Amino acid sequence: MQGLMSASASAFQIHADDNVATLLADVADAAEVRITGEGRGASITAANPIRSGHKIALHAIPEGDPVLKYGFPIGHATRAISAGEWVHLHNCASNFDAKSSSLDLVSGARPETRYA
Amino acid sequence: MREATWQGWLRPDGRKGIRNLVLVIYTVQCAEFVAHAVAANEPDAHVIGFPGCFDNEYAIRLMLALGRHPNVGAVLAIGLGCEYTQPARIADAIRQSGRPAESFFIQENGGTKSSIAHGKQVLAQLRERITGVERVPMSWADLTVGAECGGSDWTSGLAGNPVVGRFYDWLVDRGGSAIFEETVEMIGLRDVLRGRAKNDEARRQVEAAYDKAESYSRTVRQYSISPGNFAGGLTTIEEKSLGAVAKGGTRPIEGVIRVAEPPPHPGLWLLDSVPDPTFMQFGYSNPNDTEGIMDLISSGAQIILFVTGRGSVIGSPIAPLIKVTGNARTYARMSADMDFNAGCVLDGSATMDEAAEQLAEIVAATAAGEPTKPEHLGHREYFVMYKHQDTPSLEAGCRA
Repeated sequence: MQGLMSASASAFQIHADDNVATLLADVADAAEVRITGEGRGASITAANPIRSGHKIALHAIPEGDPVLKYGFPIGHATRAISAGEWVHLHNCASNFDAKSSSLDLVSGARPETRYA
Repeated sequence: MREATWQGWLRPDGRKGIRNLVLVIYTVQCAEFVAHAVAANEPDAHVIGFPGCFDNEYAIRLMLALGRHPNVGAVLAIGLGCEYTQPARIADAIRQSGRPAESFFIQENGGTKSSIAHGKQVLAQLRERITGVERVPMSWADLTVGAECGGSDWTSGLAGNPVVGRFYDWLVDRGGSAIFEETVEMIGLRDVLRGRAKNDEARRQVEAAYDKAESYSRTVRQYSISPGNFAGGLTTIEEKSLGAVAKGGTRPIEGVIRVAEPPPHPGLWLLDSVPDPTFMQFGYSNPNDTEGIMDLISSGAQIILFVTGRGSVIGSPIAPLIKVTGNARTYARMSADMDFNAGCVLDGSATMDEAAEQLAEIVAATAAGEPTKPEHLGHREYFVMYKHQDTPSLEAGCRA
């Protein structure tokens, strides 16, 4: 996995008001991320390795503040998120669906489902 | 994009078709083989049918709406002979719409071989009767387009659906009709949807459709989000819902229509295909992509925009399906199945407006008769299921 991650990549920002953008390729920690779409021209340094299709914070988001994508809240920060950080289940929760924050961070699977 | 016009077929209810097809409808699974054999090697004959022996009002309403679709000129209904659904009554209802229609039972025609031969003969006569249907000029204002997504990945909500949404804005601004659906995939967006309603009546309809979808999701204990969605980068149901709703563009929602109900006037419409609660609970909503596509076509969509990320190889009968992907790799890997690469907005090679314009050109070419990739490959998947929905609130077919 680590070998496939590039030291620079692009992230797509869908709406001007958003505080997150979506990575178009896997990036390594400290990679330079160029913003395309509505935030065209800006760039930010990744604070974690982030996989393609996942979100990067465009600036710091205080705990409790809305995470904005498409110009709307997709949930809220469950702790302070710094600029460049990976935004996902570990630091962002739905305002609607309580279940999602208990899911496995990598697979998204429900830990409580029994297979026996 | 320039104004586009092309030649269509004028139907008795005033709607205009972009194809002139004979629709073969079978009324029970037992008649499926014969129906397909009748339509085999007849490029203008499409097949749909209902598998159940017990009839279902929703399924009959859906099949009648498909038989009266603007792209359909004539109907041949084929039954086995002992099922509940009556092919003769289907043919009667279609004839009342001003279209030629015929029907027969296999049991009264001596079995497989002779029924196929008889069906081919009737089909040829029906085709003959619609060759003279009046040709009329059509433009964007005569077009109804439906949109749906399936086999989605993270590009669908970011490129595929937003480009379709931008095209929808463009189509609505030119007097056309646009339909989007999948209300169970709009969970968490009650306020967003309410805010887009055109007026109080539309707002009431949008609220009711949303509340039913939420109640459905609670009843089946499932929101429409899967481990693969989370693993792919989606964090919340709101995020997934916003990506799905993006294909509805930004114009006001005129109101909510139900399955088999054409929009009463142009503009953007939300299609509610979720079953109404009944003695059998809800049943299932949108068990597969094809079911949703049938619902859109039943509401009069002459063209379907289907957005995929990971890839999909379905098509549709009656209304051509244009395959859109936001994933450039999927486009390259499945190029014989994909009509449009909306991934051009992600790599920066096109803006949303430019991509929507390119899509509009494909829609215009399709309306003018050029086959889409799924049409070219012969894809005509259909699905008619048992479902319960109360009778549509508006008189079907009144578009004027």
